[in-house]
Amino acid sequence: MGNRCAVIGVGQTRYQTRRRDVSIAGLVREAALRALEDAGLTFKDIDAVVIGKAPDLFEGVMMPEAYLADALGAAGKPMTRVHTAGSVGGSTALVGASLIQGGVHDRVLVVAFEKQSESNATWALSTHLPFNASLVVGAGGYFAPHIREYMRRSAAPDHIGTLVAVKDRQNALKNPYAHLRIPGINRQMVESTPMLWEPIRYLETCPSSDGACAMVLASEDKVTGTPAWVHGTAMRSEPMARADRDTVSPQAGKDCAADVYRQAGITDPRREIDVAEVYVPFSWYEPMWLENLGFAPEGEGWKLTEAGSTALDGDIPWNASGGVLSSNPIGASGLIRFAEAAQQVRGMAGEHQVDGARTALGHAYGGGAQFFAMWIVGAQKP
Amino acid sequence: MREVAVIAFAQTEHTDHDEGLTDFELIHPVIQEVKERSGLSRFGFTCSGSCDYLAGAPFSFVSALDALGAWPPISESHVEMDAAWALYEAWVRLQHGDVDSALVYGFGKSSMGDLREIMTLQLDPYYLAPLGLDQVSFAALQASAYGAGRAELDEIVRRSRADGRNNPRALDLDDPSGEEFAVQPLRPYDVAPITDGAAAIVLAAGDLARELAERPAWITGIAHRIEPHYLGMRDLTRSPSAEAAGRAAGVGKGPVDVAELHAQFSHEELILREALELPAETVVNPSGGPLAANPVMATGLIRIGEAAARILDGGAGRTVAHATSGPCLQHNLVTVLEA
Repeated sequence: MGNRCAVIGVGQTRYQTRRRDVSIAGLVREAALRALEDAGLTFKDIDAVVIGKAPDLFEGVMMPEAYLADALGAAGKPMTRVHTAGSVGGSTALVGASLIQGGVHDRVLVVAFEKQSESNATWALSTHLPFNASLVVGAGGYFAPHIREYMRRSAAPDHIGTLVAVKDRQNALKNPYAHLRIPGINRQMVESTPMLWEPIRYLETCPSSDGACAMVLASEDKVTGTPAWVHGTAMRSEPMARADRDTVSPQAGKDCAADVYRQAGITDPRREIDVAEVYVPFSWYEPMWLENLGFAPEGEGWKLTEAGSTALDGDIPWNASGGVLSSNPIGASGLIRFAEAAQQVRGMAGEHQVDGARTALGHAYGGGAQFFAMWIVGAQKP
Repeated sequence: MREVAVIAFAQTEHTDHDEGLTDFELIHPVIQEVKERSGLSRFGFTCSGSCDYLAGAPFSFVSALDALGAWPPISESHVEMDAAWALYEAWVRLQHGDVDSALVYGFGKSSMGDLREIMTLQLDPYYLAPLGLDQVSFAALQASAYGAGRAELDEIVRRSRADGRNNPRALDLDDPSGEEFAVQPLRPYDVAPITDGAAAIVLAAGDLARELAERPAWITGIAHRIEPHYLGMRDLTRSPSAEAAGRAAGVGKGPVDVAELHAQFSHEELILREALELPAETVVNPSGGPLAANPVMATGLIRIGEAAARILDGGAGRTVAHATSGPCLQHNLVTVLEA
């Protein structure tokens, strides 16, 4: 794991459908300045910048780090662009942390963004390399069959997805940055929305958001303010085309969790983790990841959701911020999970703070549920 | 810092046309080759560099993962940059001390589209891209600002192409000739050729490197710097980011037998020689360099591979590799390798 690393600043933009008032540069700079302000630092104090986002086709800007170097105060410094599909926000945090854990830098600014209003993400996700038949439209078309298989295996009742959709949007009402804030959100409202990809209804999917998130990471010597200490970091990838791969509960997710738990000394995640920010872009992924991440035995994740255990007042709150279901600037969505986990253990999550949170999990996944990035942060120095 | 070395390098026989290979088919042989050369079949960390805009589809690196045999699942990451930056990320990861080996690879098929126009998309989308200036026009602005002599540029291209003809992996290109301009003052032969290809490198730390390679190419310095994007804010006659990266990597701390420079236009070699303060006796781009083969997204990694190969094969004691990204040498990475 190398040297100790801590989050000392977090900055987010308000997530919304269109940020017409700012350019892409203005958007990332807004998040970066807020993170620096939180850390009590300026761009001058930063040694290196790491930026992440999902496919460049989303905005039509290739390798945008070249253009964004100026807005992020990176001139004269090292700058790196990370891209690991939907998990990229999480990977961006890990690449930034790695620079500190490896002893290369003392203060690193990590930023991730998406400005989905600049193009059409569903279109950008539906083009394929020549000679590959495109049988699905968008991410929902790809993941719906995996969800149906989960429902078949676990015999989960049909309404579990609805419960997650309601719970995460109730949490979002307490998060001033959240995109979807729907007063009076309830099951009936979710169930009355159109079916997009059986069994995923409109309100069981994530929105398309503009937004950026930033963090300042520091080595032990340079910690200022209230730190969230990094207790474990891990990435795992598995191939898309392996015939016997279990796409419902991917091995890469299990291995990644095992690695990060081992580093943080966690043997029982349900009991030892106080709050988790987990990448749930479609409601049913909460019970699926509850099992994949070891919070529930196989086939029983949905029972935790149904019992209210993952609600803000449950024994293991998941996505207290409202999660990806409430805000989804794709490339930033993973970094937001990591940042919200840090805010919880810093005690700075605001109205959606989980009382006494000391240990938190940040999680992101991407590709065909084949790329995973995770970290454990804690209030105490590891 | 922890001792880390290049212990194996492989690259495709680069082509100037589409051979009909998928990314998977392009990458798979070089991955197999570095696995055999290094004697490793699993790695502590894997990182790659590629660009969706070359493939014309999102997530081009996803199918590339199928080439690795990534099962059981691997610890892996990807940069949407030249794979030289993937090597940098892997080098950083090896500094943690808990893993001892890393696989790095990069690939690109620039034959599939109009590279000059595609590169325009990496400019500021609001103020620069709409002007429609393509990659060669940008480079020509820098060549004009620098004011290189025609005879000097011709000699760089002649030498690069001659070296390229002696390199079985590079393209076979004739000696430069012709009076026409691509964009004044650059002639077509001053511009790196359209190339498809891939490359892979294995890094190993400390004792593992000594065990697996007779003469590991130790990375004694590696650093990168970016500079402002807007040409109006830069002095195009020099490369301050390459200067700073070169100093941070310690280029000047010893002799430089060989330098492999990521010069995609002949005049860039002159700017980079000055920025890195290379001694006159340094042999530049004995592989032929990018002017003889430029598989975009792998070209920078190949510079590190070629500079390391000179050490692995006993031909040199201390070499320098340079990689670049962004318009007009905006972003530069410098690696120093020693026997």
